Amino acid sequence: MDAPYAIEMVNITKRFPGIIANDNITLQLKKGEIHALLGENGAGKSTLMSVLFGLYQAEEGVIKKDGKEVKINNPNDANDLGIGMVHQHFKLVQCFTVLENIILGVESTKNGILQMDEAKAKVKALSEKYGLQVDPDAKIEDITVGMQQRTEILKMLFRDNEILIFDEPTAVLTPQEIDELMQIMKNLKAEGKSILFITHKLNEIKAVADRVTVLRRGKGIGTVDVASTSKEEMSRMMVGRDVNMVVEKKAAKPGDVILKVENMTVASKLHSNNAVKNVSFEVHEGEIVCIAGIDGNGQTEFVYGLTGMEPLVDGKITLCGEDIIKESIRQRSRNMSHIPEDRHKHGLVLDYPLEYNMILQRYFQQEFTTKAGFLKRPEIRDYSEKLEKEFDVRSGQGPITLARAMSGGNQQKAIIAREVDKEHKLLVAVQPTRGLDVGAIEGVHKNLIAERDNGRAVLLISLELEEVMNVPDRILVMYEGEIVGELDPKKTTVEELGLYMAGAKRNVFIDANTSEIEESESVDTAKGKEEA
Amino acid sequence: MMKEKKSLMKNPSFQSILTSLICIVLGLLIGYIVLLLINPAGAGEAIKTILINFLSRTSGAAKMKALGNTLAKTAPLLMCALSICFCYKVGLFNIGAPGQYEAGACIGLYAALAWNLNWCLCLILAAVAGGIIGAISGVLKAYRNVNEVISGIMLNWIMLYLTNMVLSTKAVKDPASPYTIKLASGNPNAVIPSAGLNKLFANNTTVTIAIPLAILFAILIWVILSKTKFGYELRATGFNKEAAKYAGMKEKQNIIVTLAIGGALAGIGAAFLFLTGYQEWSTTQTSVPGMGFNGIAATFLGGLHPIGTIFASFFIQSITDGGALINKSVYPSQISDLISSLIIYLCGFVLFFKFAINNWIGRKDKGGPNVNAEPVKDGAAKSEGGEK
Repeated sequence: MDAPYAIEMVNITKRFPGIIANDNITLQLKKGEIHALLGENGAGKSTLMSVLFGLYQAEEGVIKKDGKEVKINNPNDANDLGIGMVHQHFKLVQCFTVLENIILGVESTKNGILQMDEAKAKVKALSEKYGLQVDPDAKIEDITVGMQQRTEILKMLFRDNEILIFDEPTAVLTPQEIDELMQIMKNLKAEGKSILFITHKLNEIKAVADRVTVLRRGKGIGTVDVASTSKEEMSRMMVGRDVNMVVEKKAAKPGDVILKVENMTVASKLHSNNAVKNVSFEVHEGEIVCIAGIDGNGQTEFVYGLTGMEPLVDGKITLCGEDIIKESIRQRSRNMSHIPEDRHKHGLVLDYPLEYNMILQRYFQQEFTTKAGFLKRPEIRDYSEKLEKEFDVRSGQGPITLARAMSGGNQQKAIIAREVDKEHKLLVAVQPTRGLDVGAIEGVHKNLIAERDNGRAVLLISLELEEVMNVPDRILVMYEGEIVGELDPKKTTVEELGLYMAGAKRNVFIDANTSEIEESESVDTAKGKEEA
Repeated sequence: MMKEKKSLMKNPSFQSILTSLICIVLGLLIGYIVLLLINPAGAGEAIKTILINFLSRTSGAAKMKALGNTLAKTAPLLMCALSICFCYKVGLFNIGAPGQYEAGACIGLYAALAWNLNWCLCLILAAVAGGIIGAISGVLKAYRNVNEVISGIMLNWIMLYLTNMVLSTKAVKDPASPYTIKLASGNPNAVIPSAGLNKLFANNTTVTIAIPLAILFAILIWVILSKTKFGYELRATGFNKEAAKYAGMKEKQNIIVTLAIGGALAGIGAAFLFLTGYQEWSTTQTSVPGMGFNGIAATFLGGLHPIGTIFASFFIQSITDGGALINKSVYPSQISDLISSLIIYLCGFVLFFKFAINNWIGRKDKGGPNVNAEPVKDGAAKSEGGEK
C-alpha cells in the first residue's frame, strides 16, 4: 500500500518543566503538497520542528516516513531521511561562492582534489529545472538576499532532499522577491517535493499553501484546507480570538515640527562609503512618519546618526528647535526615546533583572538614585511593577526575573514601556514588531498610535510591508541610503511601494545647490497609475 | 526531598561554594598523587602540613605567630584579587594586576625611603601609581581597542624592570644586599601601624591594620558594585557594552575608570605587603611577583564575589605558607611551590565546573521552563544572581 504522507508526526508531546511545548500534536505532510504551519511565537512551531530534526526527543508520539515509523535522534538522521531546511537566517559562508556553499559538506573528490565541474553541471541543471536563478561563481557577500535564499534552496535540492522546510522565508524579501519565491515553491511542488512552510503571514498561506495546520499554545488547533478557509478564520484559530487586521486610528493632527533632519550623511562602519546620503525630512508632533525600505539600505546607520551612537559626516539635526549635533546620547535622550532595532544587542542588559532594565535610561535620575549615588532599590522595584502592570509585561518572577529569561515579546514590551513612559517629544521606533506574534504586534501598534494621539512625534523604521501600509501617516522610502520617495499610505499600493523599495522608482530628488527637496512630476504619474 | 535538592543545586551561591570546594579537593588530590610519586612515605604527612599550615606548629604562640604571617600576606593577595574581581565584573580581565602591584611597590617604597613620607601618604601614592598603570591599559583599550590582557602582560614586565631600576638608587637600596633598606631602620614612620593587633598574634609585628583595611576594601567593592549607581553603570557596561552606549553611558570612560580603580587596588596591595616590613623588594628579581597572578586564582575560587574573595585569598595564602613547612629532608625544596601552584591552578577551573554542573542540571530537565529564553553567556552571569 502506498502511503499518502511523506512525513507524519503523530500525537507528538514534548514537555519542558512547567510547560507542555507540544501537546499531542499531529502534523501530516502529504506528498507533493505545500503545507503551512501557522502559529504565534511560542505556539510550539520551533519545538515541533526541532523534534522533526532530532534536536529534541518527544516523550510521546511517533514520526513516520512513507508510513513507516522512523527514529530521528539527531540532525544527521533527518538529513538521511531527505529532510532539508531553509533557515530564517541563512547558513552560508560569506566569502565562498554560491557553488562552494552548495557542495559544502558533500564535496566529491578525486585523489583529494575537489571535482567542481560535475557539481557545477548538477547545480546548473537543478537551477534550470526549478527556475532558481543563481550565478554559481558569485560570492555570497556580493549577491542579493533573494539569491542567497535560492542558494539555500539549491543546497537542499543538491542533496536530493524530498521534504523541504521553509522557516519564515519571506521576512527578508522585497514584495517582488516574495512573488518569485512563491513561484519557486509552486515549481518545487510540481516536481513532487513536499514542502512545510512555517509562517505567520496569512497572505502567503493563501497564495501558495494547500493545507494549513494551526498551533496555539502548544496545542494543535486543527488542519484545514486553505482554499475553503478565510484569512479571518485562520487568524482566529491562531490567536484564539478575533484580531483586528486593520489598524484603527483617527486622522492625524500634525502640529509643530519636532524633528528636522537636513542633509544628513553618515559613514558606514562595514564599508568605506557613506551609508546615509544627504537625507532631509521633518517629523511633526502628532504624526507617525515611517521610513520604509529593505534591510541594509542605510536605516541602521541613519538611526545611529540620529540618536548619537555614531557621528555624522555632514548635516544638521534639529530636535525641538535645538541643534543636537554636538549633544551626547544622554543629552539627546531628554527629548528622544529610542526603541532599538536589536533588543538583545542594544535594548536590554540581558543579565540584569527586569527592574534594572526598566531604569536603563533613567537610573541616574533623582527618582532612582540618592544624592550619595546609591540606588533606591524600593523605588526601582515599585516603578518596575508599575510599568509591568501598565504595559502588561509578563515574566516568571516579576521585577527580579533576568531579562534573558523572558520571551521575546515581553522583552520588547518592557523596552516599549521604558521608552514610552520616560519623558520625550520624539519616539524613534526601529522595527518595533520584529519577531513578535500577531497579538503582540497589535499591542505595539496601539502603543505607537497612542503616542501619536498624545502629541508625540513618532518616527517608525520598518521593513514589514503590512506595518508600513497601516500604521504611519506618511511613508518615506529609503534606498541605498537616500530617501527616494515620499508616499501617502492611504493613496499608494504595496506594489508601488515595492518598486520604490527596490530602487526602480523615485519621486524625491535632491538639488545639490539648494539642498531642498523637490517633488518631481513623477509623483502625480505614480498616483495616477495607482488609481488605474 | 528530591525537589528540594534540585533547587539547592540551582542556587547560584550554593553552586559557587560547591564548585570552589570541588576545585580545592581535586587540587589536593592531584598534589597528593604528585607527592606519592616522589616519595610515598611522607605524602600523607606533607599534604596534611599544607592543609593545616600554622596549626602544625607546636606551641600556641608559634601557631598564632604563623597565622599572623599568613594573614599579613593575605591582605596584599586579597587586594590583588579584588583588583581582578572588580575589573572582571565590568567585563575586563585585569591580568596587568602584577604590573600595577609593582608600580605600587616602587612608588610606595621610594616615597617611604627617599622622601621619608609617613605610611598614609606612601599608601596613597602607591594607589595612585597602580591606578596610572591600570589607566594606561584602559586608555589603550578604550581608544585603540588594544586587548587589556596584551597591554597588561607587557606592562607587567616593563614595570618589573622599571621598579628594579628605581629601587636600586642609593637612597632606597641597602648597599650590602640586593634588597631595599628595611623600613624599621630606614623610616619607621612609613610602617603601617599595628594598632595593637600584633599583641593578638604573639607580638608578630607584621600584623597591621592592613588586614582589616583589606577586608573593608572587599566590603566597599561589594557595596559599590551592587548598591550604587556607579556600580550599576559599570556592570551594565561589563554585561553589554552596546546597551550601555545606547543608554548614554560613557563606556570608554567607564573602561578607563575601571582599570584605574583596579590598578589602585593592586597598588594598595603592594603597599600592604612592603609597608608592613614583612619583606623588602629584591632589586635583582627577574620574574613578575606571583602575588598578582595568585589574585586571579583567588578571584575565581571566591566565586567572582568580593566577599568570597576574602576567604579564597586566605585559603590560597594558607596553602602557600603550609607548603613551605613540608619536610625538606624528604622532598626537594621546590615541592612546596609545586603543590600550592597545582592547587591554585585547579582553582582556576571554578567556572568550568560551574558550567558542568549547570549542564548536568540542564540535561536532567532539558532547558528549564522557558523555551524562549536566551542561552546564558558565561559563568559571570550566574554568579550575578548570588548577590541578590
